[in-house]
Amino acid sequence: MNIIEINQLTKFYGKVKGIENVSFNVKEGEIFGFIGPNGAGKSTTIRTLLGLIFPTSGSAKLFGKDCIEFGSKIRSEIGYLPSEVFYYEKMKVKDLLKYSASFYKKDCTKRINELSEIMELNLNRRIEDLSYGNKKKVGIVQGLLHEPKLIMLDEPTSGLDPLMQQKFFDIISEENKKGSTVFFSSHILSEVQHLCNRVAIIKDGHVIKVEDIKTLREDNYKKVTVKGESLDSNLYSFEGVSQLTSFDHMLNFFYKGDVNFLIETIGKQKVQDILIEDPSLEEIFMHYYK
Amino acid sequence: MNIYKFEIKGYFRTLWIWVLSLFALLFMYMAFYPIMSEDAMMMDKILEHYPEELLKAFGMGESISFATVLGYFTFTFVFVQLCLAVQSAYYGFNFLSVEERELTADFLYSKPVTRRSIFFQKYFAAATALLISDIAVWIGSFLAIEIFRGDNSYEINNLLILLASIPIFQVFFFSVGLIVTTLSKKISSVISYAMALSFGLYILNAIRSIVGGELLGMISPYYYFEPGYILMHGKLNLKLTMIAVTIILISNIIGYRLYLKRNIHSL
Repeated sequence: MNIIEINQLTKFYGKVKGIENVSFNVKEGEIFGFIGPNGAGKSTTIRTLLGLIFPTSGSAKLFGKDCIEFGSKIRSEIGYLPSEVFYYEKMKVKDLLKYSASFYKKDCTKRINELSEIMELNLNRRIEDLSYGNKKKVGIVQGLLHEPKLIMLDEPTSGLDPLMQQKFFDIISEENKKGSTVFFSSHILSEVQHLCNRVAIIKDGHVIKVEDIKTLREDNYKKVTVKGESLDSNLYSFEGVSQLTSFDHMLNFFYKGDVNFLIETIGKQKVQDILIEDPSLEEIFMHYYK
Repeated sequence: MNIYKFEIKGYFRTLWIWVLSLFALLFMYMAFYPIMSEDAMMMDKILEHYPEELLKAFGMGESISFATVLGYFTFTFVFVQLCLAVQSAYYGFNFLSVEERELTADFLYSKPVTRRSIFFQKYFAAATALLISDIAVWIGSFLAIEIFRGDNSYEINNLLILLASIPIFQVFFFSVGLIVTTLSKKISSVISYAMALSFGLYILNAIRSIVGGELLGMISPYYYFEPGYILMHGKLNLKLTMIAVTIILISNIIGYRLYLKRNIHSL
């Protein structure tokens, strides 16, 4: 079953394009990554799904219901964490979380306490006295306190120290195991890499690829580094090699093709060291943005 | 109801200041009434020497005598109206724009609540706060008049009609604030907008009373609900009241519709 179905979604801000003809689906139980550089349209897409902004054309369904028409009903099952968090400055954390919980028709006290404990959040402080990282923690707790079926994260980790990030990812994974679907936008690819099942790559308002993380990585590209005193880069000008660079007795390139042939070629020369590895998502990503 | 409660709490943080100020204003002005009424002859003589334009600008053009209770109250009530106008306009400009300005909109609008519900809960919270100011003016007016009027009598019906005009007067400014908010991308400084609107329209009416004619008054609620007129004639000017009601209805309907489709932008 699809939790999110986006169909030809387009949003123009006046004449400025936000997103254009964006279509993809997110299945139940997935952790779905949504990656692209700043200004590519990630937030625009998420804000449209949440009913914060209204599409110029196209539509989107969440839980099988139109996101505008049934917005308020749908949102009772969504937990949202924006990239920048702002709350009512004069309120105490405790009161803000209570206010947040009052929108859902269930008792969230237990979950509030659990999450605050994990995130080491002091409930008695005023929002205005909190550091950015601590505000972010408030955001995480308020986004998850109602145990949503769909968690939407818009660049969620900025402002969290690595330790907290790890805790945060643990929480997200746990929620996912319990059955929540996670929609996760980011420009930090390493985050997406070890968390997500599938990713959509967005660029200039267009989704240019939706792919399994595995396929993306196993797209059979290998990153090859060869070290040696007298390497001839001309030897490597066969099909399947790309982005060949030669620097200081070292050759770097990406390879897609028969590995035996590659090894044969490398074997023709005297080599000091050799490294064949999977490219990082970052590098694959650059490939799409070239 | 949770948003209503939340908003009301917010209003109550500052509402008591408004209520106290309105009381203080009414009492301070009316406290001088005993002196005025005693030396009525002298006061009226002094005022005779004032340029007529100046008197008109303060809403005392229609040969109201300072000696009578309501004549003096006219003068007081002009300032009460100004206060109420600033407050109502402030609420009007603020109540839908504050979440966007203070960036809490993402929080509120991503909750399972319809725009319609947000609008009405916020609207009624502001209306409640305005009603409390209204009640304060009613109580303050009667108390101040009863305490300071001495043996002078007054036409209570005329006063009741004037006080009954307050809610429309408040909602007028509130509604203008509302429509301007929904028509603009962002309201950056609520207090300056509110001051500009309430004083601007006041000055407009002052100019109208100096230069004469009705045209300028058509767009100033200070003219629709001129205390001098109401206290003297004991009735509202029906035509002008209808204009006020029409402007209120149009602003509310258009404002509401725009709000339902408003895009909430991120930073």
